[in-house]
Amino acid sequence: MTMHPAKQPFDVIIAGAGPAGSAAALLTARAGLKVLLLERGEYPGAKNVSGAVFYGSAILNELIPGWWEHAPVERHICRREIAFMSPATAVALDFRCAGPGYATAPYNGFTVLRPKFDRWLAAQAEAAGAFVLTSVVVDDVLREKGRIAGVRVRREQGEIYGKVVIACDGVNSFLAKKAGLQREFHPHELSLGVKEVVGLDPAIIQDRFHLTGNDGIAFEYLGAITEDVHGGAFLYTNRDSLSLGLIGQISSLVERRKRPYELLERFKAHPAVAPLVRGGKLREYSAHLIPESGWAMKPKLYTDGMLVAGDAAGFCLAAGLYLEGMNYAMQSGLAAAETAILACQKGNFSARTLAVYQKHLKQRHVSTDFRAYRHAPSFVNGPRLQNLYPEIVAQGMEQIFRVDGAPKRKILPLAYRMVRQSSIKPGQLLRDVYQVARAYLW
Amino acid sequence: MVMTTHEEKMRTVRFRVAATPHIAVNSEICRNDCSVHACVYVCPANLFVPLDDGGILFNYEQCFECGTCYIACNQEGAIRWAYPDGGYGVTFRES
Repeated sequence: MTMHPAKQPFDVIIAGAGPAGSAAALLTARAGLKVLLLERGEYPGAKNVSGAVFYGSAILNELIPGWWEHAPVERHICRREIAFMSPATAVALDFRCAGPGYATAPYNGFTVLRPKFDRWLAAQAEAAGAFVLTSVVVDDVLREKGRIAGVRVRREQGEIYGKVVIACDGVNSFLAKKAGLQREFHPHELSLGVKEVVGLDPAIIQDRFHLTGNDGIAFEYLGAITEDVHGGAFLYTNRDSLSLGLIGQISSLVERRKRPYELLERFKAHPAVAPLVRGGKLREYSAHLIPESGWAMKPKLYTDGMLVAGDAAGFCLAAGLYLEGMNYAMQSGLAAAETAILACQKGNFSARTLAVYQKHLKQRHVSTDFRAYRHAPSFVNGPRLQNLYPEIVAQGMEQIFRVDGAPKRKILPLAYRMVRQSSIKPGQLLRDVYQVARAYLW
Repeated sequence: MVMTTHEEKMRTVRFRVAATPHIAVNSEICRNDCSVHACVYVCPANLFVPLDDGGILFNYEQCFECGTCYIACNQEGAIRWAYPDGGYGVTFRES
């Protein structure tokens, strides 16, 4: 491909071939636009890490019917567990569903390996007619007459002009910052995830997690599992491996002076986790930042000639019950694509025209979901809900089930005593109950 | 073995090392203005080594390009970074 396309600028330039960028490229290319998808990795997905459960099957099914028949998916999720942990105890909410939509098409969620899945998705965009260029770093935006008119890539004569730029360059989005749309982040707004893919025989995975065929599980852990670092842990099944990881808020890792990979080892050694990972062999260790604050870290989403989508826009819902990013990345990428298509039809790329992005984000339930759960992240990702209460629940169950000749206590006095023994004040507890209700109930 | 040391973890990751570092650490700032040295703890690749004189030694070759050090650093300008050149740096295969 020539690097002198100035005379014939692209309609759309997309920075980053993750789920947001590739979805945007797929839709705009299908609309007949001249699309350039840029990726800094050796291949799309080479720099990408998440849990990874992809909950956007129904969304992708509208674009590519029966996509899972062709894509590199691992297992579809039929069982989810949220476990509250103390150092020696685990109390879990165990959800299983063999019903339609979970165990049948289009399936509710799939575990994926990002380097394989993201590469496949970018190939779909390429097949639809997008130019995909890998091993290219986008360093800056180009400005012309006060609007963004393209990107500067780190190559000889690396000025590439386009009518609209979509920044899908991830959590650290240099482009959103260069365009003046995003501010610097605080260490309490982001979490670090460290992850391992651990090889395990598929027959052992089936037996160990009570699975048939290609069923899979998604387990998530809260409480003492991260010691006193605000965060959690996860364990997911792939075809012949497990994906497991530990997530810690940066500010609390710093305050507690904890090394994330040491916490990860302690997670694997927990008595409720060790039997699940036993016999596994480490295949790959990885790490990535997570924009956990959601709505609170949302940048300005558009300006003259540019839109922001995916993690770059903070569209990652980390709100306890929900740990979803790829689906919102894809939805926001599609919303940006719809906006770009409309702007190309009008031949107008001003911020005023691109403002319709907000409407498309609403129609695709991105901004509505993030707005509805805007109170959840700061509270859910705080110390009491991620660490203290789960641990109290785990310890409480341990006392309820313990038979040691002492008189049995009823649950209310037991709970009263447990709360008294902890550092929580009754007023705080009441406020937290209200916060949980406000975050999830209405 | 499922339990692994940090060295064993890092041996599973593929890096294509660029000729020039993509991260710069101004050790003067680490030495004079920072007593926290958060980068030493939070870096998932354990790339920051505290020196006896209070400075920080940095090794960029096995960087995950996650950005945690930049976010965690409480001193303006001590850590500067950009992504490595296209195709260089970490290449995940299974994550």
